[in-house]
Amino acid sequence: MEGYTEKIRQIAKRLFEEKRIDIFIGYEKGTNPFFPRPTLISDPQEVEKLIWNSNCGLNLCTYLTGRKERIGIVATGCVSRSIVNHIIENQIKREKIYIVGIPCKGIIDYRKVLRRIEGKEVLRIEEEGESFKVICDGFEERFKKEDFLQENCLSCTHPNPVIYDELVADPVTPRSERPVYKDVEEIEKKSPKEKRSYIEQAIEGCIRCYACRNVCPHCYCPTCFIDEKIPYFGKSIDFVDTLTFHIIRAMHLAGRCTDCGSCERVCPMGIPIRIFVKKLNKDAFELFSWQSGMSLEKGQLLSTYRRDDYDDFI
Amino acid sequence: MNPYLPYPARIERIIVETDDRNIRTYRLSFLYPEHEKKFQFLPGQFAEISVPGRGEVPIGIASSPTEKGYLLFTVNKAGYVTSYLHNMKEGDIIGIRGPLGRPYPWERMEGRNILIVGGGFAFTTLRSSIVYMLENRRKFGKITVVYGARRPGLLLYKKEIFEWEKRSDIDMHITVDATDDPDWKYNVGLVPNIVEEKIKSAENTIALVCGPPVMIRFTRPVLEKIGFSPEDIFLSLEMRMKCGIGMCGRCNIGHKFVCKDGPVFSLAELNELPPEY
Amino acid sequence: MRFVLKDDFLKKLREISKNYKVFVPVKKDYFHLFQELKDDILPDFSFFNTKLSPKSILFPQSERMFEYSLDKDDPDAYILKEAKKDFSPQIIVGIRPCDAHAFQIVKQNFDTPEYKDPWWTKRYSLTTFIGLACNSPRSSCFCLKVGGGPFSEKGLDAIMYDLGEGFLIKDITDKGRDFLDKIGGDEAKKEHLEKAEKLKKEAEEKIKVDLKIEDLLKRPVLSVFESDIWNSVSFPCITCGICTFLCPTCWCFDIQDEVYGKRGDRIRNWDSCMFPIFTLHASGYNPRGEKFRRVRQRFMHKLKYYPERYKKGIQCSGCGRCIMYCPTNMDIRRIINMLAEEKRNESISSLSCKD
Repeated sequence: MEGYTEKIRQIAKRLFEEKRIDIFIGYEKGTNPFFPRPTLISDPQEVEKLIWNSNCGLNLCTYLTGRKERIGIVATGCVSRSIVNHIIENQIKREKIYIVGIPCKGIIDYRKVLRRIEGKEVLRIEEEGESFKVICDGFEERFKKEDFLQENCLSCTHPNPVIYDELVADPVTPRSERPVYKDVEEIEKKSPKEKRSYIEQAIEGCIRCYACRNVCPHCYCPTCFIDEKIPYFGKSIDFVDTLTFHIIRAMHLAGRCTDCGSCERVCPMGIPIRIFVKKLNKDAFELFSWQSGMSLEKGQLLSTYRRDDYDDFI
Repeated sequence: MNPYLPYPARIERIIVETDDRNIRTYRLSFLYPEHEKKFQFLPGQFAEISVPGRGEVPIGIASSPTEKGYLLFTVNKAGYVTSYLHNMKEGDIIGIRGPLGRPYPWERMEGRNILIVGGGFAFTTLRSSIVYMLENRRKFGKITVVYGARRPGLLLYKKEIFEWEKRSDIDMHITVDATDDPDWKYNVGLVPNIVEEKIKSAENTIALVCGPPVMIRFTRPVLEKIGFSPEDIFLSLEMRMKCGIGMCGRCNIGHKFVCKDGPVFSLAELNELPPEY
Repeated sequence: MRFVLKDDFLKKLREISKNYKVFVPVKKDYFHLFQELKDDILPDFSFFNTKLSPKSILFPQSERMFEYSLDKDDPDAYILKEAKKDFSPQIIVGIRPCDAHAFQIVKQNFDTPEYKDPWWTKRYSLTTFIGLACNSPRSSCFCLKVGGGPFSEKGLDAIMYDLGEGFLIKDITDKGRDFLDKIGGDEAKKEHLEKAEKLKKEAEEKIKVDLKIEDLLKRPVLSVFESDIWNSVSFPCITCGICTFLCPTCWCFDIQDEVYGKRGDRIRNWDSCMFPIFTLHASGYNPRGEKFRRVRQRFMHKLKYYPERYKKGIQCSGCGRCIMYCPTNMDIRRIINMLAEEKRNESISSLSCKD
């Protein structure tokens, strides 16, 4: 994704000079090559801080919740769909945001890289076209990006933003036109006992840090269900309590999740968090032909009633 | 001795204090006499009332150490634990963990005049203080009390405060913010205004102030105008607590814990701490 | 000082594990975690540091404190009883000096003159800490700058130096000497000691970051509290619990009652000052409802409140886990230096208390 950084800086500077925005939300270089720091700038002098690379994997739409200023924001396909959801759900007004669209070529999965280099500490990452080089203390290796993309990027159907005010580059070709649910189908094929065993192993390491919930833009409830006292949900790391949290959260995201992969990216323990919501999104697609965050005109799937809704289960 | 283990206690009596029935006083007695002996406290301290199955809440001790054989706790129905507590009956068993916290500065208060300013249902530890002082009357100088609530039905310990009002060894000013009761024979006015009206001198006086944040905010300048210095004004603060012994890290203001270094703080101490409470 | 070849060390360790609980670092996927040594577990001592700190060995994430019956027909109903616990002696082998230093920091909180946490202090007295000095600190490590070091002995009963083919082990306390007796090994030779010295120098030189902690400790608390940087510095934070749960010096916890039909437990769970409801009052008032207040609280507690209360330096042992795992790259080193270098008129007298 070369040249994107320069373009973003130019656009941001112009927007400030035209007084089109009050603040601009993007990424700046931090101290961890896999996690560039989200940043908010309000001064055109600061636009030189903005960067874009293949590790910018957090859904910046989280930072829009509750803000009242005029905001410029960088958004890839999945992030723009989250913004659509935010607008439909009245969390932000369309006129208040200026979306700088990023045609995304995929985000690097740092866990795949670390597995490959056996846990060495990565000091720097240099990208060049379709490849990137990891630089460690006394060790360097160049890899093809294609081999190390995040799971959600490998099945991405909308790399280009669905709403935007300006694009930084030409649109890219999606990997597939139709959503792909191979990982969900594999689990659906298992027997109940195997499913249980798979889920037990998947959830095992969860430390209830709630990073997945907090980074997700669609989790903006003032009081999350897990923090309520009536009914009281267990707050320990007991398997059933943890599973309850993940499953109920998935139910709340059904038909809204845009598969940005932020939840899996931020999880410190490597839990495959997306799998439950992905299953519900598959159901939404197969039963209602629904894909989240595609249009500003329609209401949300589970809060809109249509006469021809599927009701064979009644 | 496990500081997290409560002493079991029985609810002997429940008195509904206010006309909206949201505040009840619980009279508790220890199940085991050795626990009562261990529970030595001074007015200003609090205890964690433990309701098995729901949780714990920090409540100021409303009875004075001079009242033997029982403890009084006045509890407002505010949330998860207190709602359940309000549905419990006489004879039920709960737990008391304490005494916790730093009491009012009784050593400093001996030989001084005392001004007590209380508002609403924060008057509980002040009741404890007044009973304690009246039982040890000679140790203190002039005792003045200003206590107010929004309306007469919300005053606590009505029988006792009207008794105290009649006494000559204590200057009791009862007030309400407003009332339409034609038989109301006491003051009408906000607590800070009554303080300004009735208190003329800060000489040799220590002030104990306990009430909702808005009352404290408006009483402070009045006291400072009368001449109280920040070392002589003591506040009793509230915070969300869990362990009550300064370990869970929840109730801190700056480097002090409200449960362990407080809840009583002098205004001079609070001025040194970050204003985050 | 003894020298033991790695294979012999492992053999002796397995023998010891028959009578004691031994915790060792184990490789899982591309990272490491502490686990109890069993026959099917293979320890791996060539690691940077474990992902989760060993604080859960003394301070489990979920711990049952008491149990009680809610059955009205039970004469003991509603009376809390202490839950049974396994207090057998345990040895943590391969703990890094930063994590051992962290236990000393946490001890200030759980072991006070007025109150002692019964479970943490008991486990602490039953634990032997056998440290493993760091030959190659990571770029996120800064133990040397906060009163520790890659070869520091703070909080350790014995320390091991990885010389390649074997470990050079130095005993520090009686508990360490006990462990050394069980391990055996040969008397250390001069070349072993010289190699360890060389490794120590190389490791310490790797930690190059310039941290202005002394300058920050000198600044008045209220002035740092009122700093202008908090709003901008707190923007990326998503107020999850990753930093607090992975940090070996964080200790905040929550107490909850959980009921199962006619019986209940009072349990203690890790909690985080970053969570929005951490300080929520029953009345609905929350002194730290806004994000920047919680972010400010975390750093003020680590860098100003803890030093002011215990006078033992900052509440950080420089392990760098928060820097490595924070998904939005909140970096404590950056914040320390930003606060230390901030130019303010420091002759501000005390501010009045406002709501």
